[in-house]
Amino acid sequence: MNSLVAEKKKFTQYQVLLWVGIGSILMAFAGLTSAYIVKKGQANWLDFDLPSVFWISTVVILVSSFTMQMAAKKHKEGQQNQFKGFMTVTAILGISFLILQLQGFAALEANSIALTGPKSNSAGSFLLVITGFHMLHLLAGVIALVIISIKAPKQGESVSLMSTYWHFVDVLWIYLFVFLNWVG
Amino acid sequence: MSHEATLHGHDSHGHDDHGHHEHHDTFLTKYVFSQDHKMIAKQFLITGMVWAVLGGLMSVLFRLQLGYPDASFPWLESILGKWAKGGQITPEAYYALVTTHGTVLVFFVLTAGLSGTFANFLIPLQVGARDMASPFMNMLSYWFFLAASVVMLSSMFVETGPFSGGWTAYPPLSALGDASPGSKTGMDLWIIAMALFVVSSLLGGLNYIATILNMRTKGMSMTRLPLTIWALFFTAVLGVLSFPVLLSGLILLIFDRNFGTSFYLSDIFVNGVGALSNEGGSAILYQHLFWFLGHPEVYIILLPAMGMVSEIMSINSRKPIFGYMAMLGSLFAIAALAFLVWAHHMFVTGLNPFLGSIFVLLTLLIAVPSAIKVFNWLTTLWRGNIRFTPAMLFAIGFVSLFISGGLTGIWLGNAALDIHLHDTYFVIAHFHIVMGVASMFGMFAGVYHWFPKMYGRYLNNSLGYIHFWVTMAGAYLIFWPMHYEGLAGMPRRYFDFSIWESFKQFAELNRFISTVSMIVFAVQILFLINFFYSIFKGRKVTTTNPWEANTLEWTTPINPGHGNWPGEIPEVHRWAYDYGKDGKDFIPQDVPVGADESSH
Repeated sequence: MNSLVAEKKKFTQYQVLLWVGIGSILMAFAGLTSAYIVKKGQANWLDFDLPSVFWISTVVILVSSFTMQMAAKKHKEGQQNQFKGFMTVTAILGISFLILQLQGFAALEANSIALTGPKSNSAGSFLLVITGFHMLHLLAGVIALVIISIKAPKQGESVSLMSTYWHFVDVLWIYLFVFLNWVG
Repeated sequence: MSHEATLHGHDSHGHDDHGHHEHHDTFLTKYVFSQDHKMIAKQFLITGMVWAVLGGLMSVLFRLQLGYPDASFPWLESILGKWAKGGQITPEAYYALVTTHGTVLVFFVLTAGLSGTFANFLIPLQVGARDMASPFMNMLSYWFFLAASVVMLSSMFVETGPFSGGWTAYPPLSALGDASPGSKTGMDLWIIAMALFVVSSLLGGLNYIATILNMRTKGMSMTRLPLTIWALFFTAVLGVLSFPVLLSGLILLIFDRNFGTSFYLSDIFVNGVGALSNEGGSAILYQHLFWFLGHPEVYIILLPAMGMVSEIMSINSRKPIFGYMAMLGSLFAIAALAFLVWAHHMFVTGLNPFLGSIFVLLTLLIAVPSAIKVFNWLTTLWRGNIRFTPAMLFAIGFVSLFISGGLTGIWLGNAALDIHLHDTYFVIAHFHIVMGVASMFGMFAGVYHWFPKMYGRYLNNSLGYIHFWVTMAGAYLIFWPMHYEGLAGMPRRYFDFSIWESFKQFAELNRFISTVSMIVFAVQILFLINFFYSIFKGRKVTTTNPWEANTLEWTTPINPGHGNWPGEIPEVHRWAYDYGKDGKDFIPQDVPVGADESSH
């Protein structure tokens, strides 16, 4: 055997860390959505429509993925000001998403669909836990966005890693939205 | 230390263009907030050892109750206060001890203490890397573990005591604060500690995977990796994919406990509380989520021990490991099957019998890769030039325990038999032998073998032999009789068996088991003395490769600094198991292949 040439690495170690981490996060949501399916198959399940504001939040997060992509592109081109601009817009869209989700919860409560407490049905509680857990991941993304925008690194892979994570949180929401609307 | 290489982060092309200028560590950066994987490994090891002593002491205390249910020990009251009124452990304290013993041994000792120590220590050294993919995350992994430890420890000092509903934390005992004293603050702290623990093992696991995949030195192809690394790799994959599911289950549990939701709680009637207002919750749902982690967890505990045993056996038989690819394939098969068998812990929950039979089949399939591993270990020993070092003895002991405990797994994997044996002492005997003691033996083997690399000194051999033989005999004397108790129907988790006529026959046997457990515990203290004495006063290591082994960690200086190799990282030219090849006793991995060398 004479394979002594160093392997050319397809991924950096940070990309591997991120992607394995994404797999790990996916397992947490797979656990929650599996539990949702099991619970739905049992007695005492309340069927209700998702709050319409979730459609708006879905559009918002899709747009934020686009602005994130633009930020990454501008970063590559070395246009620091536009990079920072798009990062800021992405962060604002992320925060808007969080506020819209909270409004969705409020709308359900207003329609007397309790999410917690003795009157709650686990259908509503699942919606709260699953979307809430997703919001935490998005909030972590917003914090990372702010830090990277302030540091504004000229090189390195933090921006491209950020972009990967942000798209992941977006795609994760699309999955959850489809799941909660039609599959579950 | 004059040969400290600082870390500047690794570039992505595998070159080693690190500067080798000196840098000065303060006490704080060297021993406390260290980012050196070797120091973090020692932090995990020593924290794990503290927990092992505490967890072991707990088992001695509840064995005291089981062996001497009528006796009174006034000194107990002076230690435990109200938990041992009149010199006898109260039932509440007994359940708290059993629960904490299980939680601590499974997670804090045999997961963090085992993987945390050896994945951290061995992965960079054996793949040929200066440190982990992210040394900072690695440091965080330890600090989250320490935080989890502090929270878990503090739960033992709250007014209502630590959680007492069993290490599996099934609802309603875990979900309902009023269900038992331990279900109150003790359970809150248990959840917080476990959540911190999950974060710690995820941070660690991500790092182990990324390091193995991305940071190998030149020439170190995946199939040249020592089996320790492969085992630690599969362990990390299992952890990264299963711990998040436990976290999901715990989040739902937090909501049921604190926000009145009905994931697990339904309108059951609880004595002293009345009927609950919850509706439609399913306690079984928790069991599914728990065991989806719980079963892979068994292999998270076992696989690192298997990897180290393979390595230590090959070195001390002076023979290549028998069937490297079969060992690798069986590790993969065990890891894959680990995710498909969780419901065999739930045969008596009213599981659909058809579903049950699928889980029986998948469970029994694990016997195949397990048997492959056992035969390969035995054939590695066969006609070897065996060196009976303490590490080697513990490795051989591991195989013995793995066989004994594995065979009873075939019994328990059968739903028909399990309905009789479920929650009896048979189960206790099975999992303690195959998972608990066996993995502990793997850990001991690892400590004896790599202690010279960790501290530059040897452990005392004579004490090591006493430690091995007493522990080996003790393990069988404690757990073998439990099989018979379990077959006779003696249930686990009971406070006092003396009030049942049918179990009175076991009073003497229980006393015997308790006595042996105390002797075995005393011998572990002997090991601790050996360990801490040898760190400072042990015989010094005088050669870089004391075991005449092939792997890369023995190419580093006797006391490697941060960065591991003072010069270039060695290049790898062969697999790790060239022992007794072409008349040579051993050929390290960094020795180029000779022109007239035969292929293995």
